[in-house]
Amino acid sequence: MSLRTLDQVKASGELRTSSRLEKIFRMGHLAVTSECGPPRGSDPKAVTEKALLIKDHVDAINITDNQTSVTRMCSLASCIHLKQMGCEPVLQMVTRDRNRIALQSDILGAASFDINNMLCLTGDHQSFGDCKQGQNVHDLDSMQLIQTLRHMRDEGKFLGGDDIKRPPDLFVGAAANPFADPFEIRVPRLAKKVACGAEFIQTQCIYNLDKFEEWMRRVRERGLHEKVFIMAGMTPMKSAGMAKYMKNRVPGMDVPDEVIARLSGVAKDKQPQEGIDICVEAIQRLKEVEGVSGFHIMAIEWEEKVPEIVERGGLYPRPQV
Amino acid sequence: MIIAEKKPIGEIIQEVKGYKRLLILGCNECVTVCEAGGRKEVGTLASALRIYFMKEGVEKQIDERTLERQCDHEYLEEIRDIADQYDAILSLACGVGVQFTAEKYHTTPLIPGVNTCFLGANEQRGVWTERCQACGSCILARTGGICPISRCAKRVMNGPCGGSSKGKCEINKELDCAWQLIIDRLRDLGRLDDYEIVAPIKEWSTERSGGPRKVVRADVQVSA
Amino acid sequence: MADKFEPQIIGFCCKYCAYAAADLAGSMRLSYPSCIKIVQVPCTGRIDVIHILKAIEEGADGVMVAGCLEGECHFLTGNLKAKKRVKYVRKILEDIGIEPERVVMFNLSSAMGPRFAEIATEMADTIKKIGPSRVRS
Repeated sequence: MSLRTLDQVKASGELRTSSRLEKIFRMGHLAVTSECGPPRGSDPKAVTEKALLIKDHVDAINITDNQTSVTRMCSLASCIHLKQMGCEPVLQMVTRDRNRIALQSDILGAASFDINNMLCLTGDHQSFGDCKQGQNVHDLDSMQLIQTLRHMRDEGKFLGGDDIKRPPDLFVGAAANPFADPFEIRVPRLAKKVACGAEFIQTQCIYNLDKFEEWMRRVRERGLHEKVFIMAGMTPMKSAGMAKYMKNRVPGMDVPDEVIARLSGVAKDKQPQEGIDICVEAIQRLKEVEGVSGFHIMAIEWEEKVPEIVERGGLYPRPQV
Repeated sequence: MIIAEKKPIGEIIQEVKGYKRLLILGCNECVTVCEAGGRKEVGTLASALRIYFMKEGVEKQIDERTLERQCDHEYLEEIRDIADQYDAILSLACGVGVQFTAEKYHTTPLIPGVNTCFLGANEQRGVWTERCQACGSCILARTGGICPISRCAKRVMNGPCGGSSKGKCEINKELDCAWQLIIDRLRDLGRLDDYEIVAPIKEWSTERSGGPRKVVRADVQVSA
Repeated sequence: MADKFEPQIIGFCCKYCAYAAADLAGSMRLSYPSCIKIVQVPCTGRIDVIHILKAIEEGADGVMVAGCLEGECHFLTGNLKAKKRVKYVRKILEDIGIEPERVVMFNLSSAMGPRFAEIATEMADTIKKIGPSRVRS
């Protein structure tokens, strides 16, 4: 897609929200996002310090929502801290912990702080986390949450039908996993999310580039790449051990043997750098894939490497919007 | 059918310790079929309790009786003449039976002897699995006859979630992913295109969260 | 004068193997403890949990269940069913504070007269060691 200026985008009438991320997508740039996990405590510095490491190298920062069902400071509060330091947050919201009242309520809370991006997710089962005995909610699923958010924003109405004063101004995102089972419905599933109103997608981290490109081919076949902005998920491997763990123990993860072999082939202290190199090479290859609109770099507890990845991936500097 | 499981005998012993004359009341329906609270289980439990209390040197009268059901007035009336001979009733019926018996025998302490687990089916002798959550508004026509509410750990209405792996659920490798089953079924029915129909937001008020439920058929009611 | 404990043990023996072996032990003039009261059943699969519990409830110090060798049950899998039930009863006994060793299953063939005498002796010795049942009505 050819680049447009911000003024051209504004003039086109295509902008639906105040989201910086949306502007960058519509201008034709490859967008870059990353993510931070909130602390298991109430110290906001745990979020703001991570954000400082990456803020100039990304367009927006995701904050995870009690990831793996481990209780942490809530995503909304962390997003507010990010907003207050001048970063663009992406609020991740799972349906596991909140009913439709709380979901709509938190959406309005986020909107009140002018948080402009939200990723709608189901959430890992609570048995993975620190409160295995708790209930789960799932009043809505992730597809229905996408529909709800679009309804609140575009119709300006609550699910119950009443009008919303100052409807939320949020750019709607969802997740996709090209590697989960069953493969044959992975593209129909994306189509479904698009039909529900998803405007941008962040995928699960990609190591099997061939399989991802096959998924993208099927995505393009259905014209979905023109209806939604797809960001390729990237996570640098820190070691061969991490690669093996992710291959064998994490569902929905496809780590080819070549990747593991490549990491195992270097000395242990050289493996982190090798992992970053693999990540950078993947970015350079996927940049050329039609329909890839950006990269979502998840360097959990390794945020300090994001700048190197972005720079070597040829994605620096970020457009000033 | 309602599936229940025997409570650990240690727990039962704690609850019945204080009562001298005990009636163990079984049920001939669901709990018989799932081998938790029928005549046979009443006999086993009675014998085990007698052995325990005799060993402890505690005198107890432990009697056995099994009713056709404990969720119908007529059958519960059958013990009207003997109920006051006991200090407590240990009911092996499901939670419904225990409560209904308690309502009818207001002044007799009622102790449950089984844990009522779920609505399910008999996969094979000795194995019962959950199939229904009694949500009150059945959607099985749309999901190839497989229920995402009772068989999906996250009850997603538009699944599968990202944790489905090789047809199994992320929480337990032995648990089938309900949405894999639904997709397979839709494929076998030649209806895989239906997968893309977005299931609407569920009306949960007919389920537990709407409060205790009631069904009435006026056309069969006896009184005017 | 110390009372010598003479255990009362019920021995459920299947007709086709264990009982036949007991008969053979008799014809071979092998001696085995007389405290085992033999009860013939067509197959150990006929024995249910309640039969074993009732024996204990009525004061038996021990219950022996003797059936065909595994894979050679006259009724194919009766002895396997009995095995599971014996295991289940032992668990109940453990949960109510009774020694699970009071209930034991043995497998032997009809030709094994000496083995029958052996298991009967073993059972009696085990029960003598554990002592009399504390269950007395």
